Amino acid sequence: MIPEIGHFSLILALLVALALGTFPIIGAARGNAVWMGLARPLARAQFLLIAAAFICLAYAFATMDYSVTYVATNSNSKLPLQYRIAAVWGGHEGSLLLWAMILSVWTVAVSLFSKHLPDDMRARILGVMGLISVGFLLFMLMVSNPFERLIPAALDGRDLNPLLQDPGMIFHPPMLYMGYVGFSVAFAFAIAALLGGQLDAAWARWSRPWTTMAWVFLTLGIMGGSNWAYYELGWGGWWFWDAVENASFMPWLAGTALIHSLAVTEKRGSFKAWTVLLAICAFSLSLLGTFLVRSGVLTSVHAFATDPRRGLFILVFLVAVIGGSLTLFAWRAPTVGRGGKFDVVSRESFLLANNVLLAVAAFSVLLGTLYPLFLDALGLGKISVGPPYFDTVFAPLMTPALFLMGIGPIARWKQASLPELALRLRWAFGVSVATAVVLPVLLGHWTPMIGLGLFLAFWIFATSANLVYQRLHGKEQPLIIRVKAIPRSWWGMVIAHLGIAVFTLGVTIVKGFESEIAVRMLPGDVAHLAGYDFTFDGVKDSQGPNYTASVGQLHVTKNGVERTVLSPAKRLYTVQNMPMTEAGISPALIHDLYASLGEPLDDGAWSVRIYHKPMVEWIWAGCAMMALGGLLALSDRRYRMQKRRKKERDLKPNEALA
Amino acid sequence: MKRFLLPLVIFLVVVGFLFKGLNLDPREVPSPLVNKLAPMFSLPRLDNPEQVFSPKDMLGKVWLFNVWASWCGACRDEHPVLLELSKTGIVPIYGMDYKDTRQDAQQWLDQGGNPYIATAMDIDGRVGINYGVYGVPETYVIDKTGVIAYKQIGPVTDEVLRNKILPLVKRLQAQ
Repeated sequence: MIPEIGHFSLILALLVALALGTFPIIGAARGNAVWMGLARPLARAQFLLIAAAFICLAYAFATMDYSVTYVATNSNSKLPLQYRIAAVWGGHEGSLLLWAMILSVWTVAVSLFSKHLPDDMRARILGVMGLISVGFLLFMLMVSNPFERLIPAALDGRDLNPLLQDPGMIFHPPMLYMGYVGFSVAFAFAIAALLGGQLDAAWARWSRPWTTMAWVFLTLGIMGGSNWAYYELGWGGWWFWDAVENASFMPWLAGTALIHSLAVTEKRGSFKAWTVLLAICAFSLSLLGTFLVRSGVLTSVHAFATDPRRGLFILVFLVAVIGGSLTLFAWRAPTVGRGGKFDVVSRESFLLANNVLLAVAAFSVLLGTLYPLFLDALGLGKISVGPPYFDTVFAPLMTPALFLMGIGPIARWKQASLPELALRLRWAFGVSVATAVVLPVLLGHWTPMIGLGLFLAFWIFATSANLVYQRLHGKEQPLIIRVKAIPRSWWGMVIAHLGIAVFTLGVTIVKGFESEIAVRMLPGDVAHLAGYDFTFDGVKDSQGPNYTASVGQLHVTKNGVERTVLSPAKRLYTVQNMPMTEAGISPALIHDLYASLGEPLDDGAWSVRIYHKPMVEWIWAGCAMMALGGLLALSDRRYRMQKRRKKERDLKPNEALA
Repeated sequence: MKRFLLPLVIFLVVVGFLFKGLNLDPREVPSPLVNKLAPMFSLPRLDNPEQVFSPKDMLGKVWLFNVWASWCGACRDEHPVLLELSKTGIVPIYGMDYKDTRQDAQQWLDQGGNPYIATAMDIDGRVGINYGVYGVPETYVIDKTGVIAYKQIGPVTDEVLRNKILPLVKRLQAQ
């Protein structure tokens, strides 16, 4: 009964989404206030209906209703409750439901926080989001219904893929989807602006916080995924250039470009067409990512079971959404003015250059991801493009981008002077070059890539320090007041940029200085790595809720002083008979010590892999700083002031009455 | 105007490739088992647990080895295709029921029809590991010398049967 309620809610949600996608948009075109006014209640109704469906599916999982095919294939009676709930998005159908659910959350959020928007703009935005929702709900109801019954019911479920039975599964997909789907808001703003012919600074100001918000979620989602891969896969890697990782990285690159380009459009009125195109691209890349994962066009660790009808459906949907919006763009964008003029040396130019680099980076990731498919389609054989391609393409693109990142915030809008910039930044340049040369020598190992990475990281540190110093010094108020006087969005930018530097530093150091050994260890054996002694204490058996585990223990000493204990484990998930490794990690600011248990060898020995990963945590710390920077920008006073102004506006009629 | 059309044009080219890609199978990876001897096993049969089935019994014949399970949704999709094929008698189909219970499996065959000459019961999935089964259904074409000539991951569709499996079976039978 409950699954049927869920199914029925989805059907109702589709009808509501259809209404949301038509009436408000037509109303906005005709100036019909009643039809435009439908947008907000419909957005809320849609949210309630999809939430109801979502809860029904979660309930089916919680109560172990194996008469539902999706539940039977993605959970098991021995699966702990938190993973049974997370299993809602553990397969194809459910992750689509999560997609639709999160889209409805964003839609309802726009309906709640858009009181300051003109009615026609709001109606168009919500209408466009409704149309996207129609596509996903149709897809679910036609070829991927999570509520489909299994008759006769299974006695027990097939269990959730053991790879997904991890706390990461609870947070990573919702976060990532919040980011992915969040770009639909920026997309809807752009389409609404194209439809209404109102591409101006106000449009950019309204869509900025939404874009930043989605970008923060996406950053955190990618960070969580990378960290999860690091400790779960047991290879000590943190990014694999897997097709699905790329699918989340492309919208991130486009979104990063969009954030910067929106800033220019808002402040200077330039780049309008480019900003709109980026907004379309960021969301299109999110959709394309969904297509790549769901259609089975590419193989990947993340890919779900495939069905050709599904692929075709998404492709048609893709053509409708992306093709439609790019056609609209080609039609309406030429009428948009060009905005303020600027010099070759100006903040606009630097931002434009950075934007182009980010867009090219996104495009080259797309190319690398699709390249195997292109070759295959042209009958040129099967190949796979791996990390070598991406590493070679990325370094030359990111080097100028990071270098410009140091200059951009210091340069003046409209017209900057190159000699003045050089004068201001010579110290920063000297410091970063010196660090890049001296530090690796002190650490005992210098390669061009280490030098380059360190130079870029310290270049950003130094230029940011210069930027903050210039902005704070020389005034008479106490420091704290001066700090507070600067808008939070500015501090957000500084912190996000420092996050990039921290990230770059982490990547450089871990790539340049990591070391690993693979050894055969009997209880009592000692392995040596990076000045540490790892003593193997043997392996104990233990029993989990739905797995049996062999937990090894290594105690780590340095110069005879006890430092930490690592407990790498091997689990055997009994339902699918699938072995999983759980790495034993001792994380720290300076370095991670990382051990993973291999195969049991004869006479009680085990193969053990031990990694020394200097500063690897900085990679995720950098991502967290970027997200923090975004949050700080979101908390900027001017967004709150808008609310206050609105309140004042609401109060005025009353005052007039009084 | 023209430069504003550029994104659309690029997108349409990509779509062309994606459409082509839908009809390609990325899972058609050269499996390490293809052109190797099919791993040996002997497992009790579904219809009669006293009897065992082993690939050894099939030496000298070209045959299809289909891994299925009653809990597998995609197996339902390919089932009619296999039933149809079994009626033609072109090639014998043997099944292996993977990680399943005898009762469920028998019920499934009783309801949906039985295309298999015999089904081996791999209840704990051990033989499946030797065959590198990573998703059910999977289908193997095994030649007269017991070598795996082809591996289909995912359901056997009419198209795959017509274009790949049947021509291959005919060629192998002629050898």
